[in-house]
This record gives sequence, C-alpha cells and structure tokens, in this order.
Amino acid sequence: MPANRFNGFSDYGVGIGLRIPHYQHILSRHPVVDWFEIISENYMVDGGRPLEVLDQILEQYKVVQHGVSMYFGSADPLSREHLKRLKHLVRRTHTPWLSDHLCWGSVDGRYTHDLLPMPYTWEAVEVTAQKIRQVQDFTEVPVVVENVSSYAEFHVSEMTEWEFLTEVVERADCGILLDVNNIYVSSKNHSFDPFTYVNSVPAHRVAQIHIAGHSKFEKYLLDTHDHPVLPAVWRLYARAIERCGPTATLLEWDDNIPTFDEVHAEALKATKFLKAAAEAGPNAATAAVQAAAKTLLEPAGAAR
Amino acid sequence: MSEPASQLLDIQRRMAAAVMHPLTRGETMPRRRRDGASNLREADAIIRPNDRLTSFERLEIYNRQYWYRLYTCFEEDFPGLQAILGRAKFDALMRAYLTDCPSESFSLRNLGSRLEAWLDRHPEHLGPKPILASDMVRLEWAHIEAFDSEERPRLSAEALAAVDENSSLRLQPYLRVLALSYPVDDLLLQVRTENGSSASSTNNASTSRKRRHVRHVAALAPRPIHLAVHRHENSVWYKPLSPEEFGLLSALLAGKPLGDAIDLALANSPLPEDQRPAFLQEVFATWAMLGWFTT
Repeated sequence: MPANRFNGFSDYGVGIGLRIPHYQHILSRHPVVDWFEIISENYMVDGGRPLEVLDQILEQYKVVQHGVSMYFGSADPLSREHLKRLKHLVRRTHTPWLSDHLCWGSVDGRYTHDLLPMPYTWEAVEVTAQKIRQVQDFTEVPVVVENVSSYAEFHVSEMTEWEFLTEVVERADCGILLDVNNIYVSSKNHSFDPFTYVNSVPAHRVAQIHIAGHSKFEKYLLDTHDHPVLPAVWRLYARAIERCGPTATLLEWDDNIPTFDEVHAEALKATKFLKAAAEAGPNAATAAVQAAAKTLLEPAGAAR
Repeated sequence: MSEPASQLLDIQRRMAAAVMHPLTRGETMPRRRRDGASNLREADAIIRPNDRLTSFERLEIYNRQYWYRLYTCFEEDFPGLQAILGRAKFDALMRAYLTDCPSESFSLRNLGSRLEAWLDRHPEHLGPKPILASDMVRLEWAHIEAFDSEERPRLSAEALAAVDENSSLRLQPYLRVLALSYPVDDLLLQVRTENGSSASSTNNASTSRKRRHVRHVAALAPRPIHLAVHRHENSVWYKPLSPEEFGLLSALLAGKPLGDAIDLALANSPLPEDQRPAFLQEVFATWAMLGWFTT
C-alpha cells in the first residue's frame, strides 16, 4: 500500500522540510536524509540563489514538492501563471507527487496567504475536486491533498471534515497527504475523536504523512510547527501507519528552527513505526506498530 | 463586485472581508469595520461557536494570522525603510499599504511590488525626510528583484565584438539602475546584515507578531549617487556608477540602439572628448566581465 499510484509508486522513508537555516549544513556536510520536502512557492522564481541551492540539493537528494497557495477550495479559478510556474518546477525536481492543502485562501484575485478552512458542503466538494483534477491534468504528476488545522467551523457545513476529505479525493481520484498533527489540533479545537478521523479516511489513497509540533493555548491549539512532535500525535501516527502501512513521512518544523541534527533526529523517530510495520507485514502491523509506539512514548522502566 | 454566484463564493467573500480588515492598534479584530459593518454579526452569521470560543473569537484567530504573516514578510522586505521611519510610522505605513494593496499574487515575494507607486499617491507616509525614505524603498525593491530575477545566457565575446552603433544590446533581467539623492546603499547593507534574509512561504501559524530589532536612523546627509543593483554568483551587489554609466545603462535598458545610447549618455558630460573612447572601452569591458550583456 505505501508505494501506490498516488505517490508515483515511490517508496520513500522519512524526510524533513528543506529550510533556509539548514542550507549551509546540508550543502557542506551532505547528511544522509531519505528525502527533502520543499515549499514549491519558494522556488517558483526565475533565477538566483533559491534555484542554485535547489539544483545542488537535487544532485544528491530526492525532493518532493509541497505547495501552500494553490487553494483548491477557493471559488476563484486557478491562476494560469501559478500553474505554469508549478509545472516548470515539477520538470526541474522530477517530484514523484505534488501536494497542497484542502483549503481556500484567495477570493476575487486577492490572496490571504493563509490556509483557510472549507465549508463542508456538496458545492465545495464539486468545486474542489474539479480544481484538483485540473492541476493533476496540467502538471501531469499525481496530486495529493493535505488536511489542514482549523480554528473555525461554518454553520452551512453538511458533513464532517473526514467525510468531506473522502468525497473530494474520491471525485478527484487523487491521493491524501494525511497530516496527523493537523487532525489532532482540529480534534481539540472542534471536539471530535481524532482516531475516528484516521479510521475513516480511505487508507489506500494515503500517499504521504505529515508530523509536526503545535502550541497549546487556554482555549485552542495552534498549528505552529515550532516544537517536537507531542506524544498524542505520535499515537495518532502509529494508528495511521497501522492502517496505511509504512508510508512516506515528513516532519515539518517552520519556526524556532533548531539545528539540522535536532530536526532530523526528531523526524527519525518515525523510522521505528515504519520499520515495525514493514517487517511485520499487513496482518501483524497493528501489534508491531503498537510495540514501537510503546518504546518511543514510554520512558525506560515506565512500562512495568 | 458582482452578486455572489454561489454559497461558497459568498462565504469566502464574507470571511475574507473580515480576515483582511486591519486589526485594532491592540492587534485585536475590531467589532465594527471601517465601512460600519459589524464583525460580531458577520461572525455569528457564518461561524459556529464552540464551548470555549465565540464565533467572533474564532474568526479573530484568522484575522490575526493574516496580519502577522503579512507584517513579518513586509518587515523582512523593507528593513531599511523601517530604520528610517522608526517602528510607529513604519507600522502605520505598512497597515495602510497592505489595506489598500492586498496581495494579488500566489507568492509573498511580490507583496511590496506596488509600494513605490502607492507612496507616490500617499507621500504623507514617508515621514519627515520623504526623499530619503523614497530612495530606500526604490533600493529595497530593486534588491528583491535582483535577488531572483532571470539570468539569461551571456553574450559571447564574438557577438559583443560584432556590435555596431545600430545594435540593440540586451541587459540581464536582474539588472536595475537607480539615481538616488541619498547614499542609502551603505545603510541598507548594515540593516540587512543585522536582520538576516528575506521572508519565505511556510504553512504554519504564528503565536504572535514577530518583533524585529529596529535601529532608527536619525540622520543621513544627502549625497546624489547612481547605482547598479545586480547579481554576481547569486549574491546581490550594489555597484556605484558614474552619471555617464548610469545614462548609458538607462538608455540601453530603454531599448535605445548603442549609438543613440552613447550620444544620450555623453550629451551633457564634462568628460573630455579625447577620453571618451577609453571610458567606453573600460565600462563595456567591465560590464561584459560581469555578464550584464545577454542574448
């Protein structure tokens, strides 16, 4: 299941986001990393240092593109200029799949540069699925959509978020980038069981998983990507791996970014889950992943 | 704006109107918008409350995120202007500009693209030294463009040797030339070194507005300068130009044939006639070495 048509039949392991503070370390020390995820928009430029660094990274590493402003859910039509630049970058990186968010963020040609939540309506399902198909057709690479963290829900919603996600990906015939941190954040903000969400998504469409840290406030959680992954999110990740198999996993760390080694070490914790699931095979994955989770989440001696 | 064609478009327009509306000075969402509309009523109409947050409070999270993200990006793009104006005046300019000129691009890179034109219409935001502030804006935008604009293949030595007075020489898309009344280049170099590099897109949320260190520049004496803002080995450089070099590059960038460009550049020059051939030979050799001539 992990290598599927939604991730270009690739079998990637554990990656981290390529961020500017780590450029020098990566280019000078060439650390062993399974793959890097880049924010597409940061490299959709005509020249200069961003592309020079990207080309150097591409010489040594596998790279997957992750977008932040295609806004599949915006009622606005897609930007031709955005699509052209995206396809140009796809040809440069040879990304096996292309991800962006299940959200909206622009209206009447004005961009918020935020990942705004969707109203979960049938009209939104149609609009979003159609635009995903358009991007997939134009870029000629599998598109996967990521669930976002949200802080608001709409009166007009006609279904749950996971029902909405499922309807969209089925109609668009696309993959899912399952962000288990976002599921956890939204579950606390909207009072639902995050395991219900993970248990409900079509597992065969999950092409990639995101993990990250978040911040806790008195009345809500915020998706800040500025902490290590919290135990509750690792538990959710374990459940996702049980259901989906050893899936390409990416740690996002975007603020208060520590050293490269710290970020990479945090990401590599996911390896235990992936190895356990891969070695156990589909029938025994549950027990194996749960055992891996136990060793990661419980300090030595605490299991007695 | 036409009538909403769909429920989705209607909700997105209503939410965007709230999210993109300026925050109060206390960085909260205003209860009433400038046009008199009630954010409380709009929030109640479209957003569900939960057991901890009202509809207004949930919408306010997005209103704050929008402005925190834009503030961070704008401050990183224009640290020199911030140093000249000081935090309070810079904040007022930033709020007014971003309200009038919200992003129309998928990339935050273009956030400041309309600032110079907007300031022409709103000089009241330029502070007590408007020409100094305006010069800095022009240099900072030129820096952004030089940083990531296209680099085209260099013109070969053979092709360069074959040009005549009727030839149109093309220059690199990343090259910008500026005539400034203040030597803002040194100041900007100091400020950018102190504050680091420019913004990039991310998909995380911010807990609060990031406050940058602001070094207020009380005074800078005027001294007219000409600059080429260019890129060499993927770093941005500010190269001082003589008035003749500036005139020549400006004419070439405007598409003038070489002979006309030279005539324009040297028309009012005090450079003696007998020194002009050597001058032209030297500047063309330097520019060719820097790779400024392109196919």
